[in-house]
Amino acid sequence: MSRERSSAERGVLLQNPLSGISLRRHGGLIALALLLLFNIVFTRNFLHMQTLFVNVSQVATIAIVAVGMTLVIATRGVDLSVGAVMALAGALAPLIFMSSFGRANPGLGVALAIIVPLLVAAACGLFNGVLVAFLNVQPIIATLILFISGRGIALVLTNGNLQTFSNPIFSFLGTGRILGLPFQGWLALAIALFFAWLVARTLYGRYLLAVGGNETAAGLAGVPVRTVKIATYVISASLAGLAGLIVVAINSASDAARIGNLMELDAIAAAVVGGAVLSGGRAPILGAIFGAVFIQLVRYTLLANGFSDEVALIIKAAIIVFAVYLQQASRE
Amino acid sequence: MTTPLLRMTGISKAFNGVPALARAELAVDRGEVHAIVGQNGAGKSTLIKILTGVYQRDEGEIAFDGAPSTIASPREAQERGVSTIYQELNLVPLRSVTENVVLGYEPRTRWGTIDWRGAHRRTGEILSRFGVDIDVKAPLATYPTAIQQLVAIARAVSLNAKLVIMDEPTSSLDEREVEVLFGVIRELKNSGTSILYVSHFLDELFEICDRVTIMRDGRTVGVANIAETTKLDLIAAMLGRSAAEIQTAGMTELAATGDRSGELLLEAEGVATNRRLRNLSLKVRRGEIVGLAGLLGSGRTEAARAIFGCDKPTAGRVAMKGTAIDCPRTAISRGIGYLTEDRKAEGIVPELSVRENMTLALLPQLSRMGLVDKAREREIVERFIRSLGIKAAHMDQKVSELSGGNQQKVLLGRWLAIQPALLILDEPTRGVDVGAKLEIQAIIRRYVDEGCGVILISSEFQELIEGADEIVVLQEGESVRTVSNPGVTEDMLVHAIAQPKAKEVDA
Repeated sequence: MSRERSSAERGVLLQNPLSGISLRRHGGLIALALLLLFNIVFTRNFLHMQTLFVNVSQVATIAIVAVGMTLVIATRGVDLSVGAVMALAGALAPLIFMSSFGRANPGLGVALAIIVPLLVAAACGLFNGVLVAFLNVQPIIATLILFISGRGIALVLTNGNLQTFSNPIFSFLGTGRILGLPFQGWLALAIALFFAWLVARTLYGRYLLAVGGNETAAGLAGVPVRTVKIATYVISASLAGLAGLIVVAINSASDAARIGNLMELDAIAAAVVGGAVLSGGRAPILGAIFGAVFIQLVRYTLLANGFSDEVALIIKAAIIVFAVYLQQASRE
Repeated sequence: MTTPLLRMTGISKAFNGVPALARAELAVDRGEVHAIVGQNGAGKSTLIKILTGVYQRDEGEIAFDGAPSTIASPREAQERGVSTIYQELNLVPLRSVTENVVLGYEPRTRWGTIDWRGAHRRTGEILSRFGVDIDVKAPLATYPTAIQQLVAIARAVSLNAKLVIMDEPTSSLDEREVEVLFGVIRELKNSGTSILYVSHFLDELFEICDRVTIMRDGRTVGVANIAETTKLDLIAAMLGRSAAEIQTAGMTELAATGDRSGELLLEAEGVATNRRLRNLSLKVRRGEIVGLAGLLGSGRTEAARAIFGCDKPTAGRVAMKGTAIDCPRTAISRGIGYLTEDRKAEGIVPELSVRENMTLALLPQLSRMGLVDKAREREIVERFIRSLGIKAAHMDQKVSELSGGNQQKVLLGRWLAIQPALLILDEPTRGVDVGAKLEIQAIIRRYVDEGCGVILISSEFQELIEGADEIVVLQEGESVRTVSNPGVTEDMLVHAIAQPKAKEVDA
């Protein structure tokens, strides 16, 4: 059976090795290739390890959040609260390991500084999920509540102060290296592979696509629609919480007003560039990673070539529109 | 008689070469409440859409208000005096009642601004003529559906509609609200407005309408004064029978007899869910097909939904092998499958593959620790694709790329795969080609012969008569009688459907 299948799959892949590289099918990849080519020619020092390091380090958080966003979008939802949840998790962590208990028990302090913020983030997701699944609040409104209040809570917790710290164990999340590349890059990759596997292989993944593809039909086929939706919002918020911890670890400082600012938009853009459709029913996880890399590279290219931040934002938007157009065109 | 307000003659319309209307006729007099009745696909809504300019006719003449009509768009229809109150009200819920009434035709002051004071006053006047006193400045959504519907009618009146078309206006109203609506209809009629009334509830027609046009298969098959006709006549005409023929078909063989020895699977007792399902009782045993027959709106689909646990019963109970059913998940775990009528909205998940669609209900049994056993999944799907004769390029093809008949087989496979003890099939062969239809019927028969039970809903008498061991007849949400095979003829079934409910309790 498996032999039969692999040959079938190979058949699909081999169908058009040369003729098949059309703009329609591989628009996104072509755009990425063009972008790389442009950089190799015009951006100074582009082919350096340092460039790779910087980009991977910066893309990891977008990628991690985009994975969760892709799952939420697959249910026909959207999660606007991810940036605020990042801020909340990021504000909590230093409070915990810098507390008197955290200083007295450094190991346990750091462990709790990771676990507790993640649990709080998950609780935020539970809140979003319950609003969407049980109270039938539209996702954009349901998650708007925490979008507004989450960052507020984070600011209240920290009195609006910038918390700086020096904690090498915790900072490994953002500055550690494995095989010469940032730890969070490997983490993002592992998360992406895990969720891609989850979508493709598990009951949850299949239910997710069924709920997003046709909620009524899924319910009538016995799919626990509400549980699936709630689980998805919990996953999204937890991943956002993790991203918040990483941002804090990178900076060795926590500024609740800035962590994860506008992250929801980057994550939605990454998911959509990667092939997610807001009408639900598909969850291209690896596509979202591609989208995050693409957006990061656009930003890097513009900044490295001396465009000011404001202009970079405008050009970034234009390039994203183009990439989305290519993506959407590829599926008619 | 003077010239009618509306006269449509010889109207034909085809979609992609399939005729929907064949020389249909309709005439509505001034100040008349005129009903259109017919089964699904009779052409009622196509005829109305041609009248209101949504569709263009292929041939035929329309005369409206003394002149040949060239209505080409809904907007033009409104301006000529034809207003439609749709089932799904197309109003703006968050704007005020007045705004909804005058939207697009706002009265102006001398300065060219909107004359709100005048608009509020006029809206209030129209509504109080209907006996409705509400704050016209409040958002429409703050009022119940019944009021919203009256606002839609008020809009029609304020546009000086000469003909108001009402499409199933009572479907979401309770009985008191229906009375209010009827009051408004009478008021409109007295002021000279004509009403075109479309409803599946025949009793309503006798209460409110003057004349009725009966349609069947895209043709107008009769026009009658409501006072001179009977429900039996109407049903006979809708079904293409003569009333006399139905009358003579005896009632003697209709009593439930037959060999009912199989183990009792499902029992529904006095089940009610809403206005559409008021009192359903039936039993299904192993190895038998129980048909549900009735006119459109008789509550067949509602019965299926109640049995499967989609709608919470307000009275009565449903039990599968003695245990109660309260939601689709329990129904499935008790071994019930439900093939829905609306394949697109309630059946397929279009983005998923044939394989994923087919195993959707089976998935929990295919997984261990949340992990789908893909090898077993492919094996099962492979088997059903073969045994059901599904024509797909491969099992990973998107289900939306398949033909209607093959999609239906995939959904049938979805339920057969859970090896249900009882299968509810709502119009399993509608919209599939003849070949697929026969195959699906054979699959159902084979499945029943293996000792399972089936509830079969079908608008096709032939399918019920040939397929079902017993046919439960529904009228207006009540199971009124049962006919048993062998020996059921089409005439007997039509009679059972048309005959008013017996006064004595049915066996």
